[in-house]
Amino acid sequence: MEFISAENVSFYYDTDDEQQNSVRQYALNGVDLEIKKGEFVALLGHNGCGKSTMAKQLNAMLTPVGGDIFVDSVNTKDDKKTFDIRRKVGLVLQNPDNQLVASVVEEDVAFGPENLGIEPKEIRRRVDKALKDVDMSEYSKHSPSKLSGGQKQRVAIAGIIAMEPDCIVLDEPTAMLDPKGRQEVLDAVIKLNKENKITIVLITHYMDEAVLADRVVVMDKGKILTQGTPQEVFSQVQLLKKHRLDVPQGTELAYKLKCSGANIDKMPLTDGECIEMLEGILG
Amino acid sequence: MSILETRDLSYVYGQGTPFEKCAVDKVNIKIEQGEFVGIIGHTGSGKSTLVQMLNGLIKPVSGQVLLEGRDIWENPKDIRSVRFKVGMVFQYPEYQLFEETVYKDISFGPSNMGLSEEEIDARVRNAAKFVDLKDELLYKSPFDLSGGEKRRAAIAGVIAMDPDVLILDEPTAGLDPMGREVLLSQLVQYHKQRKNTVLLVSHSMEDIAKIADRVLVMNSSKAEMFDTTKNVFSKGEELEKIGLKVPQITKIMSALRAKGYPVSDGILTVEQAFTEILTILNKEGKIW
Repeated sequence: MEFISAENVSFYYDTDDEQQNSVRQYALNGVDLEIKKGEFVALLGHNGCGKSTMAKQLNAMLTPVGGDIFVDSVNTKDDKKTFDIRRKVGLVLQNPDNQLVASVVEEDVAFGPENLGIEPKEIRRRVDKALKDVDMSEYSKHSPSKLSGGQKQRVAIAGIIAMEPDCIVLDEPTAMLDPKGRQEVLDAVIKLNKENKITIVLITHYMDEAVLADRVVVMDKGKILTQGTPQEVFSQVQLLKKHRLDVPQGTELAYKLKCSGANIDKMPLTDGECIEMLEGILG
Repeated sequence: MSILETRDLSYVYGQGTPFEKCAVDKVNIKIEQGEFVGIIGHTGSGKSTLVQMLNGLIKPVSGQVLLEGRDIWENPKDIRSVRFKVGMVFQYPEYQLFEETVYKDISFGPSNMGLSEEEIDARVRNAAKFVDLKDELLYKSPFDLSGGEKRRAAIAGVIAMDPDVLILDEPTAGLDPMGREVLLSQLVQYHKQRKNTVLLVSHSMEDIAKIADRVLVMNSSKAEMFDTTKNVFSKGEELEKIGLKVPQITKIMSALRAKGYPVSDGILTVEQAFTEILTILNKEGKIW
């Protein structure tokens, strides 16, 4: 079995309709998803498609009402194992201001391992390493309130790394950041994946972030719409547009050219690939 | 006469304390009636402080803000009227909804302007129409709306004051691509019909490139550039140096140009790039 394995997962929220009648709204409706150890998966979909609900399922914040999720072969419904699962799968959320608890950066990073009952010497080692991994060592004694959004998000990530998880799920971690902050967080995430071999599930609205992943999973109406390598997924421009999703601008240009008859075999994703494609056409 | 003008406008946070920080440093800009101006700059560059001075929420430490030629602080008691003329939508405005119904929330601004009942009603409905909020939603609690609807309700509350200048601080942050596009096209429509001045602060270069007439670039508290959208985004390298980006399509087309292909400078949208490539192919008779 893969590291994370979701089998026919469904989940609903109870809400009120206009007449105050209780209605069941399915956020997840039969999701099958497997995530390999060390993989970098990007999860896309418009607001309300169920991707944040899915993220919370991956570390047992929520458990399925139908189907099962196994993390490292443990069923997330087994509440004796909840804390084990959360130690293996860390969650980083959108708003950097809602996730920091302490008044000093390094104390914030130590919060997780302290709660795991780890001995002080080991905590010290983990905190220093985690801050180094996200390139925030020089801020260890600073107050989180004086950091920029990108820096706060990296401290939040460090707090997760200090618990030494196998996997980090990030739910739109860059949505509230400026371009520079976004880049800092992305660099940190990629480094954790490539160097520390941490499995990454990145939920994002930014297609230029999704193209960096090994695999892209697109959700719609609580189901998986399509998945594959970024190349495979972003080639389906029409399908994505129909489901209110963007494609990278370079890919969109290639698609338009292709529709008007240009000979393009491989849809470009990055700037470099797009330039190459255009050079090919212009000769 | 420009509708808004700043003269050596400056602001310092925590003046006289060890945390003293200059947030806006001698900014001189002129904004004309009817313009759509984009404001970009990385976090901490002074964008938000600048726009908060433009409607008198904070008072400049030195320098002036001129609204239709008059210093807005000339008579401090009149500052309220400035805030009706220069409407401001903050970041995450949905957190500011507070009334029992959406209708009451949107009418809060206009009722404080001392307008008649009929006028308030007309304004609320008009504003709701601009942001495409359906009538039946007006009588719901704002807290029962979806995220995107809440955002639009909050924006309607400012539009209902019918400001001559509308300032929006990152109105699309946190919305999905479609939500972003819908909101932006509504803004463009509103701007076209109302013919007022709109200032849009955004981190999304793609959005700014699509809709702004001119772009103000803030960097380290100063107005680094203030020029047409095309000219600003032609300076990709300079923008990158100050932590900003140009839209992907602009970058790709500039790279082609640098390689000697005859594409024009400052391509801002996928549409423009597409037309440009087709034109070149046509000229060279290489059309398939």
